[in-house]
Amino acid sequence: MPGVTFIWWRRASTLANWCRRNPVTALGFAIILGLGILGLLAPLIAPYDPYALNPRERFQPPSWNHLFGTGIFGEDIFSRVLYGIRIDFGIGFGAVAIGLLAGSSVGVIAGYYGGKLDELLMRMMDIIAAFPGFILAMAIAGVLGPSIPNLIIAISFVNIPVYARLARSRFLVLRTSLYAMAARGVGASDTRILVWHLLPNSLAPIFVQSTLQCGWAILDAAGLSFIGLGVHLPTPEWGVMIGLGAPRIIAGQWWISFFPGLAIAITVMGFNLIGDGLQDLLDPKRR
Amino acid sequence: MFAFIGRRLLLLIPVLLGVTVVTFTLTRIIPGNPIDLMVSPLASEETRARIAENAGLNDPLWVQYFRYINGVVRGDFGDSFVTNQPVLEDLTSRFMPTFELTLYAMLLAISLAVPLGIASAVWSGKWIDHISRLLAIFGVAMPVFWVSLVAIYVFFFLLNWLPAPQGRISVIVSPPDTITGLYTIDSLITGNWPALRSSVQAILMPACVLAFAAMAPLARMTRASMIDALEADYTRAARALGLSEMSVILRHALRNAILPVITMIAIVYGYLLGGVVLVENVFAWPGLGRYVYNAIASSDYPALQGFILYSTTVYVMLFLLVDILYVLLDPRVRL
Repeated sequence: MPGVTFIWWRRASTLANWCRRNPVTALGFAIILGLGILGLLAPLIAPYDPYALNPRERFQPPSWNHLFGTGIFGEDIFSRVLYGIRIDFGIGFGAVAIGLLAGSSVGVIAGYYGGKLDELLMRMMDIIAAFPGFILAMAIAGVLGPSIPNLIIAISFVNIPVYARLARSRFLVLRTSLYAMAARGVGASDTRILVWHLLPNSLAPIFVQSTLQCGWAILDAAGLSFIGLGVHLPTPEWGVMIGLGAPRIIAGQWWISFFPGLAIAITVMGFNLIGDGLQDLLDPKRR
Repeated sequence: MFAFIGRRLLLLIPVLLGVTVVTFTLTRIIPGNPIDLMVSPLASEETRARIAENAGLNDPLWVQYFRYINGVVRGDFGDSFVTNQPVLEDLTSRFMPTFELTLYAMLLAISLAVPLGIASAVWSGKWIDHISRLLAIFGVAMPVFWVSLVAIYVFFFLLNWLPAPQGRISVIVSPPDTITGLYTIDSLITGNWPALRSSVQAILMPACVLAFAAMAPLARMTRASMIDALEADYTRAARALGLSEMSVILRHALRNAILPVITMIAIVYGYLLGGVVLVENVFAWPGLGRYVYNAIASSDYPALQGFILYSTTVYVMLFLLVDILYVLLDPRVRL
């Protein structure tokens, strides 16, 4: 089927062109995609069981046997960092998805109905936004008790106002836009305008925001786990792993904390590059 | 001016009330019975009932809320389960160490980030701009507690330039007499050189780590705002009048560009309030962050509640301060 191959070639070259024009965004996508694949393939790549303890090989520095060294219980840091991708990406995506759904629903309702309901909802958002984010997340996670779902709830709750404000402001602008009026002019119903015309057009900035928030969510989750508020100990979450290695730093055993932290930094960087790049695409003035 | 401040303070009341509703609700959704935290598991049913009655836990929720608010407005945040002291006293005694740390971090961040932001706006697209962008990307992506650990490894273990985490001052050096509560300033005023040396050594690493995290957003905001200002008509007018480039940048563009940066400083400070919890724990810094960490670890809810209320009030007040600064700096805002 030469025709089909041709189309694929053309698509590939368009992609290559796009990457050449947006190297920063492409790098971000490559990082996240690469890490995602590594996380999915973790059971195939990881040389050891991430939960296996091996007291005889405690505190081994990085070597060919243990690429990232071993930790306090002789666990293989490399395998744990690999499995950590699943946990940390899961927390990041989960927190963003819930925050996005809840927040943009609030924003859409407020922006569409306006009036008293709008006022009430947005004042509630102001109150949530009045808290320093990490501290509110810390309080919620502390009160709910340490577990992954609670961690996701805590982080997503803090981010609800971000999405609510964004969705609302987009809706207020779009409601009076020319194409919405045109749709109304040809007799489209409110619901149809809302779902078919307004929603798709307000998604772009929200999507950009959510890639940035993904990075923040992973940072916050790691921070909460680091102080014992997130994920339980044997789980290979990056923040917990850094916390485990923290007391060993002054003894010079840097690798226990270093590699999980590096994984966080690279991941957050990847999400931020995507977010920044997309923001520039949407608003070239910002560049 | 005073009318403006008064109006803004009035607007704060509903927000702070809402904040107390949230903190109050938080302690009510704790899984399990708060009585279990207050009495020993061996206590008899009667003792438990009596304590619940005394603590007012049998009253309707709104009564409990009003009792709570009534205490809070009079500065009564309840007693800590752990230290058995009024929470507000605990918090004030731990405020100064945290203030000292965040103050130096903020000053350092501003004094580095603003010039960097200006430079990368003036030479936008040149190497300094790229370096600043790289720095920003890394600065926001790296977890502060991890940067702290890396810094300890490099500057203590490898180079041995700075001491291991030891709190505000070395245990073998006695702290300076209290004047301001800031060890570095107090030891400088009293001429206590060993204390000055030790406290500077102790604060250097945590302050630099926090400053590094705070720098990135500040530098980016300065750059973006400066680029707008440098393209504005008044800048072109100033150039057309033949003013020197230095004067155009610093006296005309910067003064117009600085307002969004001030807002950013407030936002970043809020971020630091969270970051300091993590950094204080790494450096054994005896401030609010460590206090709240211990409170969470021991389910000390009054202490946790008090801390959140306290830091949120500080945060909200900071934004009020920003608004006042706006009025002072930008005559257009004056109504």
